[in-house]
Amino acid sequence: MTDPIIQLRDLRVDYRRDGRTTHALRGIDLTVARGERVAIVGESGSGKSTAALALLGLLPHTGRITGGSARIAGIDLAGASERVARRIRGRVVGLVPQDPTVSLNPTQRIGHQVAEAVALRGVGGRGIPRAAIDAAVIEALQQAGIDDPVARARQYPHELSGGLRQRVLIAIALAGDPDVIVADEPTSALDVTVQRRILDHLDRLVRDRGIGLIIITHDLGVAADRADRVVVLQHGEIVEQGPALNVLAAPTHPYTRTLVAAAPGLSEPVSPRPAPEDAREIVRWSGVSKTFPLPRGAATSAVQAVADVDLVARAGHTLAIVGESGSGKTTLLRIALGLETPTTGTVVFDGVDIHRAPRREVAALRRRFQLVQQNPFASLDPRFSVARSIAEPLVSFGAGDRASRRARVAELLDLVGLPADAARRRPAELSGGQRQRVAIARALAVRPELVYLDEPVSALDVSVQSRCCGCLPICRRSSVSGTSSSRTTSRSSRRSRTTSRWCGQVASSSRASRNGC
Amino acid sequence: MTDVLEKPLTPAPSAPAPPTVGAPASAPRERARGPVATLLRRPGILVAVALVLFALVAAITPALLATHDPTATAPLERLLPPSPAHWFGTDELGRDLYSRVVHGSTLTIAATALAVGLALVSGLALGILSGFIGGGTDAVIMRIVDVLLAIPGLLLALAIVTALGFGTLPVAIAVGVGIIPGFARTTRAEVLRVKTLPYVEAARAGGASWTRILLTHVLPNSWGPVVVLAVLDFGAAILAVAALSFLGFGAAPPAAEWGTLISNGRNYLMTAPWVSLVPGLFVAAVVLSLNHLAKSIEEVQR
Amino acid sequence: MTRYVLGRIGQAALVLWAAYTATFAILYLLPSDPVALQLGANNIEVDSLTPEQREAAAARLGLDRPVWEQYLVMLGNALRGDFGVSFAKQVPVSDLLAQRLPGTVTLSVVAVALALVLGVAIAFTATLVPRGAVASLLRRLPAVGVSVPNFWIALLLIQIFAFILGWLPSMGDQGWQSYVLPAITMAIPTSAVLAQVLIRSFDDTLDEPYIATARAKGLTRYDVQVRHAFRNAALPTLTILGLLVGSTVTGSIVVETVFSRNGIGRLAQESVLQQDIPVVQAIVVLAAAAFVVVNLIVDLLYPLLDPRIAHTPKVSRA
Repeated sequence: MTDPIIQLRDLRVDYRRDGRTTHALRGIDLTVARGERVAIVGESGSGKSTAALALLGLLPHTGRITGGSARIAGIDLAGASERVARRIRGRVVGLVPQDPTVSLNPTQRIGHQVAEAVALRGVGGRGIPRAAIDAAVIEALQQAGIDDPVARARQYPHELSGGLRQRVLIAIALAGDPDVIVADEPTSALDVTVQRRILDHLDRLVRDRGIGLIIITHDLGVAADRADRVVVLQHGEIVEQGPALNVLAAPTHPYTRTLVAAAPGLSEPVSPRPAPEDAREIVRWSGVSKTFPLPRGAATSAVQAVADVDLVARAGHTLAIVGESGSGKTTLLRIALGLETPTTGTVVFDGVDIHRAPRREVAALRRRFQLVQQNPFASLDPRFSVARSIAEPLVSFGAGDRASRRARVAELLDLVGLPADAARRRPAELSGGQRQRVAIARALAVRPELVYLDEPVSALDVSVQSRCCGCLPICRRSSVSGTSSSRTTSRSSRRSRTTSRWCGQVASSSRASRNGC
Repeated sequence: MTDVLEKPLTPAPSAPAPPTVGAPASAPRERARGPVATLLRRPGILVAVALVLFALVAAITPALLATHDPTATAPLERLLPPSPAHWFGTDELGRDLYSRVVHGSTLTIAATALAVGLALVSGLALGILSGFIGGGTDAVIMRIVDVLLAIPGLLLALAIVTALGFGTLPVAIAVGVGIIPGFARTTRAEVLRVKTLPYVEAARAGGASWTRILLTHVLPNSWGPVVVLAVLDFGAAILAVAALSFLGFGAAPPAAEWGTLISNGRNYLMTAPWVSLVPGLFVAAVVLSLNHLAKSIEEVQR
Repeated sequence: MTRYVLGRIGQAALVLWAAYTATFAILYLLPSDPVALQLGANNIEVDSLTPEQREAAAARLGLDRPVWEQYLVMLGNALRGDFGVSFAKQVPVSDLLAQRLPGTVTLSVVAVALALVLGVAIAFTATLVPRGAVASLLRRLPAVGVSVPNFWIALLLIQIFAFILGWLPSMGDQGWQSYVLPAITMAIPTSAVLAQVLIRSFDDTLDEPYIATARAKGLTRYDVQVRHAFRNAALPTLTILGLLVGSTVTGSIVVETVFSRNGIGRLAQESVLQQDIPVVQAIVVLAAAAFVVVNLIVDLLYPLLDPRIAHTPKVSRA
């Protein structure tokens, strides 16, 4: 192996806060050479972000290297001073941050921010003349694939799209002329098509300059695609590493195996069964459009979230609405729930137009359709016990008495696979996956005919998602139909696989149009 | 006024972002300690609580804590510096300053409690109406609050005192009215924030009426910052009440609010500075304790 | 854009008018017996008057007309700069104001400038130095600043710098030395509030991802703080500039009283003591006007300082 730029030996990192110590990294060994592409894969809490921070010498003040060594270009960061650490930032290790929408200074022009990185190349006595910096900025922007770099350099970040901002960040990372680039979760912030183009570009730049690339990600698919070598982290330890194809095709460690099994797009999708046309129609969207007026001073006066959509969901079947962020799927759900009124069009639930019918009728109807929201961390009142949250719809609809409600809660907890003593707990004591299951239990409490699921698992780690999706079939057992919206095709077909007992029609919605499939 | 600025409303994130470069890995799950226990572990909190309790006890039963009769004059002992016999020294009539401060708490704390109580009730009502109903009601109420804010607090108090006359009650009302905007705005911001949270939406989808949502979800989750503000404003109100009585608008002598005591000592500043400075130090210590308490409560809440 | 400017000016005028009306309501409607109050303030012994004499006295002062009429007349006069005549001093209020205003304005300007420098310095340093004893101390300092009564600070400063050390005068308005202690007294609470808000703003800003990007470039912490954090942290605090100016000005009431300076502040204190309603009304409205104007200026300048608001976003394809 050519001489390694990065050499981590038995690296240990601890966080100390409020008297509690967390062991984020428990002795990892990692070597990265120039020109190599390595992916560090792990879920939240695995320590992958800590590893990235350690590589940059940017651990927060609560963290410190407590053992082992971290040699970057020969300099050991363990116990190094800030001045020493600063020398490697930008010039040896460059960072491409995760979320381009918040990683650029909003009040400084693009050109200025890139120039800053360029100018730092000349630190150490040799200042770079102004004209040379400007030229270097334009070149850097051009290399990153930005059109009309001269004009762009004078713009502010909010004037650029997310994809362009990501390219600017790449330009900044490369401007310091580093030997290694760390790309933090490069696929999580932007839409799939945009990301693919940018990652291809980054790949090419990295290869042309012969520098190393370290990709931090939770997505095994991306790791397989973009890296030569994959390192799998769990709880601060490396559980498996090796050439990408080997690790993914034949994982040896059980944890890696769960990751591979759960990863969307890596297993065989199962084609969904089409819904028989004679099944009873439960809800129908007809010609639904929704336009949101924007506050005065925005670029346009209004944004059209949904345009002329016709959809049908039938009893006993699942309708999956698939689309990229901004395609309007959440808005469709909210309109069907009566939380938003459509600008045009109607939503008819079992024959009743829920926006034009009298309020009392609609209120009674609500019992028959329920909602599971996307964010399990905010969909439960933090002050309510689990039992109280689940029973709330029963209380609101005046169903049963205290004893029957208690029994129903116990029944539902069992149904979603939660232990009985969870009833007394508060949301803060539960994990994200468990909270989402509580939300599902709550939705099923009043025995609805239809459940709307808004990206029900997108907020959860991959390994948790399948457990959660595993309990969705129970809806079918209780003969409930589902309508769910999700972000990527692979995930919804995966859901069709894990819940293959569901059948359904998949509608993919992109802006203003609907394609059946 | 030591108004803690309300944070701008940030929309709830649609999904918690995976940890980025810039955030440490999440700590392992630990059973949450009781909030009171966590509060008591903070540095200096015990001293702060002790001082505040002292002031409250002094306000309710001054005789319990005073060492002398506050009105007993002793011409032979005038203007003595602090000593074991007279902890704060004596004033120009030989009265024990410490006891005068202790007895003065009754008036000052009573005025403060009244002011904060008035502001709390009014501010809560306005904030809930404004945040929950929204629309025109919100606009009108917020304009009223804007006008109250346009007139600087002390001047507003002066105007009210001019109209109502001098004394403890007018001072209390005057200070209270000035604090209302803070409570109204904070309550409104909290109501607005909770109103848009997913679990409120879930309750709506679950068939709950707006009244139920207000009582069971919105109110219990909104009062956190209001409590912090109440403690903070208690301190600010003490300063305002003391300032008004310092300027001569408080209760008439021989009743001695803290501000009046300090004002009396002005004439003897050169020769007997403790007459003004020591009571003033006491006031500062109490207010500082209240601020520390408020800040600690806020940190524990987060 | 001009519509926005006109709109804001209109809004400011509205708030000012509302403040005037509120003051009128407090001073003329709130008292239990406004007529007796005003007669008394005019040195007329109310109790010794017969009912007819009272009516005559009231008529002479224009107090027998219906309230709303009095209000409109007063408002009309105020718009022309006529704030009536002082009860106690029997001179036009506007003359009194003109006489006393310059001293307070100079003092306030010095105090606000001092407060800005002090507040920014403390906040900047507190958030720049790495966590430790110095940072902790600086962070706790503002809390002390807002907790101490300003009249106590004044007396303390007088005791130390005027009586014990003899460096600066303890009263009067002669020479630049007489500004020092009063300005410091007014600046301390204001700078403390500013520092508190700014420290919080800095903390929030330094947590933002773009700061990590800047540090990853290899900049020193000082450079990051100056070039990236400062502007973004300071912008939101501009919105409290009106509040800061307001609190500094009210500080002048106590400060001018303690230091025996001639100014609006002490005029306010005297007028309240004498229940001199026209003067109190004029001063309150003047202070409200200052607050409204400062806020208006900040509102109009803000878009120029924050490029996110000034430029209309033109989102383009990647």
